[in-house]
Amino acid sequence: MTAVEFCGLRLAHPIVNGSGTFDAIAARRAFGDALLEGFPFSAFVSKTITLQPRAGNPPPRLWEAQAGLINSIGLPNRGLAGYLADDLPQLAALPVPLITNVMGSTIPEVAELVEAVGARGEVAAIELNVSCPNVRTGLDIGADPRSLGELVRAVRPLTRRPLIVKLTPNTADVAAAALAAEREGADAVSLINTLRASAFAPSSRRPWLGGGTGGLSGAAIRTVALAQVASVARAVDVPIVGMGGVASGKDAWNLLSAGATLVAVGTESFRDPAAGTRIRAELKSLQIAKTPSTSVNGSQAQVEVDADLAD
Amino acid sequence: MRVLAPFGRRRAALTGARDVGAYRVLEAADPDGPRPWPGQFYMLAAAERWGAGADERPYLPRAFSFLRATGGTVAFMLEDVGPGTRRLGELAAGDELWLVGPLGIGFSPPPAGARALLVGGGVGVPPLAAWADTLAEQGAAGCEALLGFRDARRAEGARLLDAAPVRVATDDGSVGHHGLVTELLEQALDADPAATVYACGPRAMLEAVRALCAERGLHAQLALEAGMACGFGACYGCAVPLAAGGYARLCVDGPVLDAGRIDAVPAHA
Repeated sequence: MTAVEFCGLRLAHPIVNGSGTFDAIAARRAFGDALLEGFPFSAFVSKTITLQPRAGNPPPRLWEAQAGLINSIGLPNRGLAGYLADDLPQLAALPVPLITNVMGSTIPEVAELVEAVGARGEVAAIELNVSCPNVRTGLDIGADPRSLGELVRAVRPLTRRPLIVKLTPNTADVAAAALAAEREGADAVSLINTLRASAFAPSSRRPWLGGGTGGLSGAAIRTVALAQVASVARAVDVPIVGMGGVASGKDAWNLLSAGATLVAVGTESFRDPAAGTRIRAELKSLQIAKTPSTSVNGSQAQVEVDADLAD
Repeated sequence: MRVLAPFGRRRAALTGARDVGAYRVLEAADPDGPRPWPGQFYMLAAAERWGAGADERPYLPRAFSFLRATGGTVAFMLEDVGPGTRRLGELAAGDELWLVGPLGIGFSPPPAGARALLVGGGVGVPPLAAWADTLAEQGAAGCEALLGFRDARRAEGARLLDAAPVRVATDDGSVGHHGLVTELLEQALDADPAATVYACGPRAMLEAVRALCAERGLHAQLALEAGMACGFGACYGCAVPLAAGGYARLCVDGPVLDAGRIDAVPAHA
């Protein structure tokens, strides 16, 4: 497969992981060095790091939905100091570039994270998780293009590393948020994060998840992701990391067709730890099969649509 | 003890599928898998038609401790309690599974000279049966199992643990002791206060075993269960509150935990 250029990084292929869906340190405990030999992703995106350590939400944290998963994990992590001291050296041993995902609830918090993480040579790029309530407005920072623009403007000068903004789908106009991030200097955007969702326990008639609501991922959100990625691609020029329910080469192909440069695999890795490797192989055969000279043909396209409807 | 898993899921054909009382036992060919250590688990899904069942589920694989692993096959026991176990229970010899494993950390041997008491019941039988096999192989003396079940049909599951003497308790008195397995455990601990307890079973039973061992200052290892999406530390869903604060991820820090590490067997475990 052809290598991909992304924000100045040369990646071996377009398949990466979504933040918080693959813990390379824990996976190495379970699979040993076989993980490194067959590493499924061309860059590794860390789980979200916050300034202070977080234990995460009280259980239960998971609910299996219709062809999907609702999670309310609550961003457990060791905090910035723990990440830099303990996690970073282990993640630096991975055979691919490292993208560190950070989140803060105020601009100074995010600024401190971006500066500290960006100063480390092991970190190739920084992803901002902006699905966090603004302490003043209560709105998710990423749901409000103005707040998002202010945040990116404030932290952009603090690092020379590529800055990726992870957009939330829980907003009225995701393209407007993407545009705000691009205007203030984001090098890329990634989407979609999970969709806010809830599950009730029939017996108690109360929310099942310890955190109240959670985020929906998996096959159930695939078509939403495709629409949002296409809409963002029409609005911005910066590269896009597309994700949401990707489980096959065809799903990745569709996101690339909608304008993504990279495709992230998330929940499918829960179903198959090496899903990224399989998806990359499937994508490669599609890319070979669907060159422009053979695919721009009305009847051929009709056959594909019918095959999909019949799946 | 942790045996590393090959990276990724693999397809495994069932060499056998049979009912044992209320339970279903599946045996899968796993020639490329390592020999697991008792207490470890696998993530299982049917290779075909995993999904579109009741409530449009299952979607994620399900975690099962293995029951037995010999000569390139690995066996599991399950009870139909939801869309995942229902679909797995439909499988017959020749059908195929996706499996990932072995995962997690299994049981640790008892201190030299201490006797192993295996306590559990219901769908908690598999890791105890596997542990009894390994202890017998290692020539450990005096291992005994105490197993509790709701009724006679479920008590047939006790047959799956055949490497140690078994005493059975049933809630309805139809087989063995009429009452709780913890009553058998109290008797056994009165006779041998230095035994090491290994337990796996329904939440209420496991909590009663934990409390009894804590009261007597005994070392116990509990094989816990929690809803998990991945089994290898990725999803952070299987969090169990620790006595020292914070959470353990049951899939990579367990599923076997020293009883002293928790204040209570959690409701959702």
